[in-house]
Amino acid sequence: MRHTISVVVENKFGVLARVAGLFSGRGFNIESLNVAPMLDPAYSQMTIVTSGDDRILEQVSKQLHKLINVIKVLDYSGGEEFINRELVLIKVTAKAEHRAEALRISDIFRAKVVDSSAAHYTIEVTGSQGKVNAIIEMLRPLGIKGIVRTGPVAMSR
Amino acid sequence: MKLSGAEIFVECLKKEGVDTIFGYPGGVVLNIYDVLHKQRDIRHILAKHEQGAVHAADGYARASGKPGVVLVTSGPGATNTVTGIATAYMDSIPMVVFTGQVPMSMIGNDAFQEADIVGITRPCTKHNYLVSHVSKLASTIKEAFHIATHGRPGPVLIDLPKDVTVNKTEFKYPAKVDLKGFRPTVHGNPQQLKRAVEHLKQAECPLLFTGGGVLLSGASGELRKLVRKIQAPITSTLMGLGAYPGDDPLFLGMPGMHGTCAANLSLQNADLILAVGARFDDRVTGKIEAFAPKATIVHVDIDPTSIKKNIRVDVPIVGDCRNTLKELNTLLAAERGVKWKQKHKAWWARIGQWQKDRPMTYRDREGHIAPQYVVEQIYKATKGEAIVTTEVGQNQMWAAQFYKFKHPRQFLTSGGLGTMGYGFPAAIGAQFACPDKVVFDIAGDGSIQMNIQELATAVQHKLPVNIAILDNRFLGMVRQWQQLFYDCRYASTCLTSAPDFVKLAEAYGAVGIRVTKKADVYKAIKKAIAIKNTVILHFIVDREANVMPMVPAGASIDEMMFEDNGEKKLTPEQGDKIISG
Repeated sequence: MRHTISVVVENKFGVLARVAGLFSGRGFNIESLNVAPMLDPAYSQMTIVTSGDDRILEQVSKQLHKLINVIKVLDYSGGEEFINRELVLIKVTAKAEHRAEALRISDIFRAKVVDSSAAHYTIEVTGSQGKVNAIIEMLRPLGIKGIVRTGPVAMSR
Repeated sequence: MKLSGAEIFVECLKKEGVDTIFGYPGGVVLNIYDVLHKQRDIRHILAKHEQGAVHAADGYARASGKPGVVLVTSGPGATNTVTGIATAYMDSIPMVVFTGQVPMSMIGNDAFQEADIVGITRPCTKHNYLVSHVSKLASTIKEAFHIATHGRPGPVLIDLPKDVTVNKTEFKYPAKVDLKGFRPTVHGNPQQLKRAVEHLKQAECPLLFTGGGVLLSGASGELRKLVRKIQAPITSTLMGLGAYPGDDPLFLGMPGMHGTCAANLSLQNADLILAVGARFDDRVTGKIEAFAPKATIVHVDIDPTSIKKNIRVDVPIVGDCRNTLKELNTLLAAERGVKWKQKHKAWWARIGQWQKDRPMTYRDREGHIAPQYVVEQIYKATKGEAIVTTEVGQNQMWAAQFYKFKHPRQFLTSGGLGTMGYGFPAAIGAQFACPDKVVFDIAGDGSIQMNIQELATAVQHKLPVNIAILDNRFLGMVRQWQQLFYDCRYASTCLTSAPDFVKLAEAYGAVGIRVTKKADVYKAIKKAIAIKNTVILHFIVDREANVMPMVPAGASIDEMMFEDNGEKKLTPEQGDKIISG
């Protein structure tokens, strides 16, 4: 099952390696990981998306909590309501015949064109993973040159 | 007044009450060694290999209850500590390991004797630090000792770049530690404690199952009180031996792969298991799906990750073992109406039958010394009062089975990691911690060679450590598996090129005694104890003695093999091959 785990850690060197090590040591892949300082810059907030056996993830969650530099662990898959958003940059081919279509799709998803050239638009979109995946599918026939995703950040309601 | 990092290091150790450290010098820790040389409060024991230093500190910690302290240099000095640290980590032993590091400005440049020891030891330490500035040194050391000794204990490593030991700062030792991310729960939830008592009151076939946590938290007294109050049988993991007296009639012996029949069948038939400070290791549970099928399980542990890790738990209690047992004792004292002995009478009758049917025995062949007999004689000669360390393998299991440990901190063994080469340096550490105790390392001819160099350390300090080598010219435990499960193909387990251990002892300035006859075993042990020097007792034992009972890996713990039902016999050709090989 897919898990979105939010972790508050001390903003110090080596902490990311400790957290990542708990996953890699069990042969778990981290699908996405997002980390940045919090309001109080002494701490950082991580949002980790991973999938795996629930029992093992409960264990990982407990192990995370056991790390000295970890202050708080919240596994949103426990049923708690949360908002999750991800930002994606999509570079799409925008030759003459496709330019209008690319803009229309971007409009539907309330995305923004943040860079344009004779051959490409770079579109910025934020949203849940479902929305992001949907716009990617819509743009794919036009020819996607590349995408960069931040991975989701999550916050409880 | 401003002090250098090296001076601060020494001052901090004094503040922590450290009087003995184990180590090995080198380039980047010269400043620290120079300061150590100028003072008298802390003695430094020079090991002959960094692994030996860490195991010695570990043995010191297990025997004394105080954290072990190690000081080594960077690079190979640091990497050599890894096995020792992992050993302590698996067994939750409090320890602070200081490693030298190249100066901050050179880190990451592949400098001479540089190793990323913080990265290397991240998965096998409770926590570790790279001290990047001398101003952080004192608070880091304070935190390290706090973390190592609080909650579930464990090793903490501090990496000290050379410039940090040279640079000066104002020395102030923090009075206390406040770590937001480290606040262990030490008192069990009162509701859960009440539920546990209710289960104890209802149970007809209860069983106490205790582990190393009882020893680490000093809960032995409370445990004895509880067991005697409720008159329930008790079994203990390898790591918990000595918490409850091994010669007490309520004690069933160790369970698991080489456990007693009564202990294993009790686990499988109990209707309630009160597990305290044990983590349900696979060597205890056997096939997990078949483990303790009838039991309600109450699990007390200070580490929440230990609970429900391997087995389902009905009543989880996170808390320190001593506090929790004390609170349980208080609740139980109020239960005046329960006739405990009467309630468990039928249960005891079944257990008594198992004990009668399958007592602990061993093969005692004419003209041979049974290794188990040697352990029994060590027990007899030391009146059960010695500190016993072991290596890993058959020697370890026989020591656990046939020496009845009466006291906490009496049995020192590498249970979790299973480190061959642990026992002898640990015995050295234990002897430093307890100079008046008789100390025995029960060893095999294979494992003793893994840290034999520490003979020089023992002899240098005239330590009366006794090493009992049970020499079968095999890597015995692996050979036993090959005999039982690999059709007697003894691949790379035949040790025919071992040194003459008596001469080896003499070469180091120790005393060597060889024993080849059963009749001489006891006398030799007595003689060794009387010698105020390090002694190797070299016992030539029955080559193919096996550790029995045995639960094959992956089987349920009630599927035990015994000496008379499990052993495959060798063909004469195979036998000849072994003897000549």
